[in-house]
This record gives sequence, structure tokens and C-alpha cells, in this order.
Amino acid sequence: MSGSINTINISTPINKDILKSLRAGDNVLLTGTIYTARDAAHKRFMGCIDRGESLPLSLDSQIIYYCGPTPPTPKRCIGSAGPTTSSRMDRCAPYILRKTGLAAMIGKGGRGVDVINSIKECGAVYFAATGGAGALISSCIKSSHIICYEDLGPEAVYKFEVEALPLTVAVDSLGNDLYVLGPQEYLSQKSR
Amino acid sequence: MRTINFSTIVNTVKQMCVDAAYVLPDDVLARIRQARDDEPFPRARDIIGQIIENANIAATEKIPICQDTGFAVFFVKMGCDVRIDGGNLIDAVNEGTRQGYAEGYLRGSIVDDPVFDRKNTSDNTPALVHMDLVDGDRLEITILPKGGGCENMSGLAMLKPADGLAGIIKFVRDTAVNAGGNPCPPTVIGVGIGGTADAASVLAKKALLRPVGINHVDDRYAKLESNLLDEINASGVGPQGLGGKHTALWVSVEYMPCHIASMPVAVSINCHAARRVTAAL
Repeated sequence: MSGSINTINISTPINKDILKSLRAGDNVLLTGTIYTARDAAHKRFMGCIDRGESLPLSLDSQIIYYCGPTPPTPKRCIGSAGPTTSSRMDRCAPYILRKTGLAAMIGKGGRGVDVINSIKECGAVYFAATGGAGALISSCIKSSHIICYEDLGPEAVYKFEVEALPLTVAVDSLGNDLYVLGPQEYLSQKSR
Repeated sequence: MRTINFSTIVNTVKQMCVDAAYVLPDDVLARIRQARDDEPFPRARDIIGQIIENANIAATEKIPICQDTGFAVFFVKMGCDVRIDGGNLIDAVNEGTRQGYAEGYLRGSIVDDPVFDRKNTSDNTPALVHMDLVDGDRLEITILPKGGGCENMSGLAMLKPADGLAGIIKFVRDTAVNAGGNPCPPTVIGVGIGGTADAASVLAKKALLRPVGINHVDDRYAKLESNLLDEINASGVGPQGLGGKHTALWVSVEYMPCHIASMPVAVSINCHAARRVTAAL
């Protein structure tokens, strides 16, 4: 089967024009700063937004990684650190995209219609990391610090500095969705 | 009557938790390698390649294969002629889990109350223990660390007997395919048919204990397993839900007797990191 795949190197701070030029299916190697947040941190973010308070960190032009890592070991700044299922954050993601200027999200699995619409509206991108590849991804994380919500344990917000983190563009800024297009592309090549 | 020390069980369980988190079973890894060689879609082949590289890094560098080191689910076969000296089995399994998850740098993924507090217990306890009493004086313990992402995609249908084989195939296929990329495909699918709603669910988990690549001993169920695998993989969902031939690596079916009015079918989906370790004492 055919399909040469583009690989694009991207660094933070994210350039919005580069972000908008990415297309679903592109492979990306990301270098720079990302922040983890999953279910419990999102619940607190939403609480802040609802009360009109500022978030404990600015998400403007930043990247959220849906991840709850295993603890650091004596030899590593963080343990296994793969993505968690993104659809659990679908309820919050449109608000966060619209209210904070978030540039991109990293996770695994498909997103709902509301999220895809808000990605289009905000010119954002949703990247897929390989679920269950937490050891491989850990090797790309060069430093790790807790920023806030330490009491949440693995659900705290971590700041990761990553180097050449392998990602796939899953939903691009035009709203193209690789969770629909990828299987379609495979099935159409198969039937040829 | 044979006596086993409480501390022997604690130490065994502790080591099992750590080994399960770091090292993929040989049968699972062999099947994943086979899937990569047999995968025609380039993106899917790359993803399976990452999964294999990940397993190598985890085993050599002794870090967890996946950050979701799971709900510590245990299946125990306890011989009627075994006596535990110094405490009870459930306490020993919980203590081993507590020590294993701490010393192995594994993640605490359990909250104490599902609705109100949702406070992380920090040490991944309590473990979940399914017990079978069997003849003899052996104690066999299996851990199946179960990730939340794939567990959330489980399904249960109380089918009617008239729904037949076609109803079963439709339900299992739909459950596995509609899960999309969420359960980290390529997945391993456990199916429990029969019993009651609760028993079918446990049976589906038990089906995940059988090594991948080994079909049911009953030819009819073995054929059902391969039909289900073909049906699921015809979907094109593929590794991580991004397209490809391999949505599932394997399907195992177990059955048990059921009521004349019923045909319960439960589906337990395991991610590609289908971790399990068994120890016999």
C-alpha cells in the first residue's frame, strides 16, 4: 500500500501559521514545552473559568498533553508518560480553546463534533501520540516539573520539556479528522 | 493441609505487579511482531513499530510499558488444602500491591469514592480479587493490570436466545469497532457468553487470561473466535484508530451455562499492552 508520510519538525513557542499549515496525517516531531492536564485538572480549570478567576498557568499559545505519568525514578525525570483517552476532556475542550487561546492538544482517540468545530474556529490542532508507548515517549522528556495541583498525584499539571516527541496530526485546523479519514483511506486502498 | 506464609504471598504479589508493568508477555509481543510484518498500511506499520520499540525500552530500562499501570485485578485459584499463616489472602494481595506499586514506581490510579471525593488512594489499593476454590494444596495467582481507557470500552448485552450467533457477532463487533482508537488498538478482546450479567462480565475478563494465539478447545467456539477477529479487522479502524488492518490482535471466547431465557454476552477489551503474570505457590 502507498502513503509516504510527511515528517515535520516543530518547536515551541508554536508559530500559528505553521500550525495552520499542518494537515491530518502529517507526522510531527515536537520539541519544546508542553503541559499535562487530564480529568481532575480540567475539572479545576473549568471551576476557575466559571468563577471568572485566572488559571494557575497561562494556556495562551500553549500545548496541553492529556497525560498522567508514572512517578520519576532515581534515573529519570519522569516515568512512563503516554497519552490518555482525549474524549473524556471533550466536555471542557471547546471552552478552554475559546477562553484561553490554547494552541494544541495531544492525546489519543477521536474527538467529538463540538471539539472539532472549536478546533476549526480557533485555528488549533489536535495531535495523536501513540497510546501505550509511555516508555518511548518518556525517553523524549528531558525535564519535568509540577506546576500546580500537586495534591492530585498523577493528575497534577506537569511542565515537560520534550525533544523530538513523535506525534501525528489527528485533527487539523480545517477540521479534517484522521480518525475518519485514516480508516477510509486504508479501506479504499485495500479494495483497489 | 499445606501452610503458606502471609509474607511469601506479599513478596510474590509485589514482584508480579512490577514484572507485569515492565515486561510484555512473550505471546503478546510475538503476536504484535507478526501484526507489524503483516500490516500493509504504512501509518499502521509505523505505529506498531513504535509499540515494539516501546516494549523493548520498558523491558531494558525497567520502566512501565504504559503510564496506566492499571487497576490491579487478580484471579486466584486457591486449593482447599491451603492454609495461610499470619493473615488472610485478600490482605496479603493488597499489601503486595501496595509495596509493588510503590517500589516499582508504578502509578496510583484508584480513587476511593467514584462519585463525590474521587481522592486518589496513592498506592493503587484496593486490588480487585476474583477467587476460585479448587481441589489440592496449590495457590495460583494471576495479575491482569487493567487500564482505564480500554476498560471504559467494555460492553454487556443481555441478548435473547433467538438472537443466536449472528446477534453475538454483531454485538462483539460493534463494541470493538465503535471503541475506535480509545482502547489503544490493536486490542485483545475477551468475550464471556452465558451465566448472568455479573458472571458474563467476569468470564470476559477470564478470557483475557488465555495466551493469544491459542484458540478455544471446542472447535465451534474456536471458529467463533476467528470469525470475530476477521469481522473486527474488516472495519479498517486499525492501530490507534488511524486506519489499518490490525484493529484487534486476538479474540478469546469463554462460555458457561445460562438460564433458558437468557444469552448474556460481555466484552472486555484489553489494549495492546495486554499485561499479565501468573505465579504458583
